[in-house]
Amino acid sequence: MSKHASASPAMALFRRDMKLAFRRLGESLLPLFFLFTVIILIPLGVGPGPNLLARMAPGMIWVAALLSSLLALEHLFRPDLEDGTLEQWFVGGDSVVGRVLARMLSHWLITGLPVIVFSPLAAQMLYLPNHALGTLVLSLVIGTPALSLLGGLAAALTLSTRGASVLLSILVFPLIVPLVIFATGAVSMVADGLDPSAHLGLLAAFTILALTLAPLGIAAALRMNLE
Amino acid sequence: MTFLLEADALEFHRYGEPVFKPVDIALAPGQAIVLTGPNGVGKTTLLRMLAGVLQPVAGKLTIGSSLAFVGHLPAVKGDLTCRENLAHESALGESGMSPAEALAEVGLAGLGSRPARALSAGQKRRLGMARLLVRKSSVWLMDEPYASLDDAGCRRVDDLLAAHLQDGGAVILATHQRHPRVAPDRIVDIVMETAAELPGR
Amino acid sequence: MIWKKLKLWFHMLGSPPTFHVFAKRVAPWLWAGFAITAIYAMYLALYVVPPDYQQGDSMRILYIHVPAAWQAMFGYMVMTVLAVIALIWRIRLTEIMAMSCAPIGAGLTLVCLATGAIWGKPMWGTWWVWDARLTSMLVLLFIYIGIMGLYAAYDDKRKGARVAAILVLAGAVNIPIIHFSVEWWTTLHQPATIRLMGESAMDASMLPPLIWMVIATKLLFGAALLDRSRNELLEQDRSKKWVENLVVQGTAARS
Repeated sequence: MSKHASASPAMALFRRDMKLAFRRLGESLLPLFFLFTVIILIPLGVGPGPNLLARMAPGMIWVAALLSSLLALEHLFRPDLEDGTLEQWFVGGDSVVGRVLARMLSHWLITGLPVIVFSPLAAQMLYLPNHALGTLVLSLVIGTPALSLLGGLAAALTLSTRGASVLLSILVFPLIVPLVIFATGAVSMVADGLDPSAHLGLLAAFTILALTLAPLGIAAALRMNLE
Repeated sequence: MTFLLEADALEFHRYGEPVFKPVDIALAPGQAIVLTGPNGVGKTTLLRMLAGVLQPVAGKLTIGSSLAFVGHLPAVKGDLTCRENLAHESALGESGMSPAEALAEVGLAGLGSRPARALSAGQKRRLGMARLLVRKSSVWLMDEPYASLDDAGCRRVDDLLAAHLQDGGAVILATHQRHPRVAPDRIVDIVMETAAELPGR
Repeated sequence: MIWKKLKLWFHMLGSPPTFHVFAKRVAPWLWAGFAITAIYAMYLALYVVPPDYQQGDSMRILYIHVPAAWQAMFGYMVMTVLAVIALIWRIRLTEIMAMSCAPIGAGLTLVCLATGAIWGKPMWGTWWVWDARLTSMLVLLFIYIGIMGLYAAYDDKRKGARVAAILVLAGAVNIPIIHFSVEWWTTLHQPATIRLMGESAMDASMLPPLIWMVIATKLLFGAALLDRSRNELLEQDRSKKWVENLVVQGTAARS
């Protein structure tokens, strides 16, 4: 029988995760729904004034990105814990960091990417000046991976606790404060005609830091919660 | 002779207390180690430690070969078909049988396109065991392989074990019901005991 | 010789009954020290230091506000060190002590936030201002609450302490970043920085109460940490022999 070239376990996991996400497409697209809930409800609450909405636009879009990320976090590891597939990651004693990254990649593709793709539309609905659009998308591209990583850390820490969803939100919020500040700051700067590169640089540094450290924390927390 | 797996005075603690008396294991190719002991003594915990899922609190564990672990849960994804589940497993390491062959070996022939969630408990268990066939590994760690299986199913498990041992593989399995029916000279029994209550500190 | 003795003593301190005796003996001294230094600091703050030319007497609250903030941050550093030791060497006492730091730190953060609100009301007319320090402290409060919540969610306290320790480390990396980003944020959005403390530089005469209060908060933290850890240890080991012995001795001493 044909022996397929053994893709690394991480790649195999990524492929399986994406396959599963597409099987449950409705569930996977739910986070996108949150983007538009925020974009529509808040103007209904504060009035359609263009200046106000334009000022609020970066923050609102980022909050929407956060909510959509949070929504998917509860299902990030728990189903795998419950059907026994999570402990299989650790069988054999190899490092699971690769698999953690694969899982976070699929999470980002499902929660972050849709927000990025629809953000120009959301920006238009909130009267964000056109010249700020590029920075908005860039800030989302650089920042949403960090959102996924830090959210993943919170999900891993609360994996085997009762009342996990409330705790998860409490844990995520402080971790992403710098992210929100740098990302929305960049967009506000450019909307005011100033240079956003300092903010974007800090944002990139934050994401790189998250990329380096979060997977280690996630792996350690997963292992502890498997006991 | 090099051992496929060696364990020296392995211990695990829960809530700060040791679960079972320290365990020593030396697993040679072609051997089947059978773990028995009272309920709750920690057979599952020991197997998970050997598999690498849990870290030993004390003792040394040396693993010299590839491992596969079939625990209580079948470790399959309900939304994927049986074939897809096995294809994923086979991509994790060195490929063994094809999914179709493996399904036939465990008595699930023809169920390849059925989603795993549609299987009965016994069928899910057998699917979990099919994972051992699609990916080659020297050491099989199995937790209660005979649970939820009828006589025919149990005999199938024994056949799989015998074939694996014949090929030079090894098995460590925990059971509190049926004993594996393979060549007796291949079997080593280890009876686990609960850690004694230490006199108060 | 003395080095060996120190190492042995340190090792023995890890044993619950020894720690219990140590904490019981040392904590009262720390509490006494705290009371004395705090009272002296408050005397200096209320009677000796002249009122601020801009803010008048309401500025005096900074003598509680600032030391509380500093100790909340410093307490987190202590917790981080303990968490690292707990994760690497798995010493049970450090696990307990690390987790005991969190409520104390949270309390200090609350004091800081409350005094900030009390200070802000006569100044700005509101109970809250988005001052850099207050905002950082608010985020820190959430971090502390998260750690406490995570630890409390576990029945196996040793496991819970280790999982929470990972969170402590994540916070430790993040807190300087949060601090920096919040400072940045306040300068970005306010044309004039709203600063609770005002622009007046610290005069030399204003320093002594501050220094004494800082010492007082350190003593407070130490005393509270020893007492909390001792209590947590007793609670966790309540069915162990050494606790039984203590109870028996205690009853015998009273009768």
